[in-house]
Amino acid sequence: MNFPAIGAIYRFEMARTWRTLLQSIVSPVISTSLYFIVFGGAIGSRMTDIGGVSYGAFIVPGLIMLSLLTQSMANASFGIYFPRFIGTIYEILSAPISAIEIVIGYVGAAATKSIILGIIILATASLFVPVRIDHPLWMALFLLLTAATFSLFGFIIGIWADNFEKLQMIPLLIITPLTFLGGSFYSIDMLPPFWQRVALFNPVVYLISGFRWSFYGKADVRVGVSLGMTLVFLALCVTAVVWIFKTGYRLKK
Amino acid sequence: MFHTIPPPGAVASASIVSVSNLSKTYASGFKALNCINLDIRRGEIFALLGPNGAGKTTLISIICGIVNASEGTVLADGHDIVRDYRAARSKIGLVPQELTTDAFETVWATASFSRGLFGRRANPAHIERVLRDVSLWDRRDSKIMTLSGGMKRRVMIAKALAHEPMILFLDEPTAGVDVELRRDMWRVVRALRDTGVTIILTTHYIDEAEELADRIGVIDKGELVLVEEKTELMHKLGNKQLTLTLQDPLDCIPSGLAGYELELSPGGRQLTYSYDKTSEETGIGPLLQALQAAGIAVKDVQTKTRSLEEIFIDIVRARS
Ligand SMILES: Nc1ncnc2c1ncn2[C@@H]1O[C@H](COP(=O)(O)OP(=O)(O)O)[C@@H](O)[C@H]1O
Ligand SMILES: [Mg+2]
Repeated sequence: MNFPAIGAIYRFEMARTWRTLLQSIVSPVISTSLYFIVFGGAIGSRMTDIGGVSYGAFIVPGLIMLSLLTQSMANASFGIYFPRFIGTIYEILSAPISAIEIVIGYVGAAATKSIILGIIILATASLFVPVRIDHPLWMALFLLLTAATFSLFGFIIGIWADNFEKLQMIPLLIITPLTFLGGSFYSIDMLPPFWQRVALFNPVVYLISGFRWSFYGKADVRVGVSLGMTLVFLALCVTAVVWIFKTGYRLKK
Repeated sequence: MFHTIPPPGAVASASIVSVSNLSKTYASGFKALNCINLDIRRGEIFALLGPNGAGKTTLISIICGIVNASEGTVLADGHDIVRDYRAARSKIGLVPQELTTDAFETVWATASFSRGLFGRRANPAHIERVLRDVSLWDRRDSKIMTLSGGMKRRVMIAKALAHEPMILFLDEPTAGVDVELRRDMWRVVRALRDTGVTIILTTHYIDEAEELADRIGVIDKGELVLVEEKTELMHKLGNKQLTLTLQDPLDCIPSGLAGYELELSPGGRQLTYSYDKTSEETGIGPLLQALQAAGIAVKDVQTKTRSLEEIFIDIVRARS
């Protein structure tokens, strides 16, 4: 293992985070606060509790997931796309580092950033609503796995994209709808039966369900299933990354 | 100045980079390199000359791991660049042709980053030495985007040297830089060579190769046309031309000048004399006397080194 190289990439990426602190941390905090004011305060006050949890508190895990997914993807995809775009990738490619080390550096930094963000959102949320965490270790596990998985997914997009539109297309066109339809703001069993079954094809449902279970002990699907699906998606992303580096796809001519 | 320690136990074979039967066909189907065989000697400065599109950058990019070869192998200090890429790449530093740097990082941070990337432990003393050598020490805390183009090029050199490579590739290091920076680069390159670093550079400028190189390779249309000691090649390619603009046009070259290799321009107003500038006797003096004796008045004289382009044409012609 080339640890100095992993460290160099990781620090470089984190330095980028601190440079763009406002954009990376402050704006998600503001948008989350707005969600709580609108959904938690204005609308939530007219909603009945879901499974004994107030609506405002109910949406906290979903909101954290929403940020976790979009931020992990945005950070990781930009992190690898940008050096490709400006050409500084030459140095990464010519360095004595393996694919796995490159991935640990970039994906690790992106995941770190979105986990920090998730924690900040959690802290912000607890200012607005009473948040309870029944299974803190499971919560940490889901936080970690989701951040890693979607940072990896973002990394793949950052390699696949050959322009800025494509870079933003997948998050915008696929992830945001999947997250909204994945039960961030409602429980799946509030849907008509047909749509409940459709929802089970949405991978985000499993993430949010498992994550919410770690908070309130209530879930749409069994927590083991949630964990399993998360691991399956993680494995898919790892396989794709391995293939990319094996073939040099879009990295080497 | 620069300090490189030979790796323990390394058998110092004469060639430090060994390219065998290397070919590259890009995805577009274009064959950029055709069966290149080349050995770079330990400690030499090797200049790779060739017109635009000859395949210089492709060759360097393959050796450095940026482009995949289609066929053939490359050994760097005895390590296969694919199978044993870690060992091979840690020996190599690259300054690519394009100026590509980060913008927001400082000079110091970017050089330290490069060192780490190549697996070396932090060594502020070495980074300081490198930055001083490329005259960037005063700007170490400046963000790269605030630097001039010439300074950015120095930054790229500093990055390439940060991990103490024993082989340095410089892809057109002086293309588009001013005279002063060019001299500076040359000084840096020589100083590096004096510490035992092997340097492979590509260039358009024959005088650069003349100034620096121990050996010269010429690449054209993806093929290595020749590899020769500089002194040998300079002798062969040392032709210069003297152009004389005449007061009155001539119909033909007077018989009194038949002994000289002269060419008359179509309008009869210019005489061109080719000579070997490296020889003791260029023949210019006698030629001018002969002209005077023949009663030919000269209005203007001009000398010109044959351009690299012309030399390439000669080489390619001689080849076919
Ligand atoms: N990615 C690529 N795809 C297709 N052709 C390429 C690619 N990169 C370079 N070439 C072609 O290969 C040839 C050699 O290019 P290059 O190695 O950059 O030459 P040089 O550095 O000698 O100017 C050129 O004709 C160039 O157009
Ligand atoms: Mg080139």
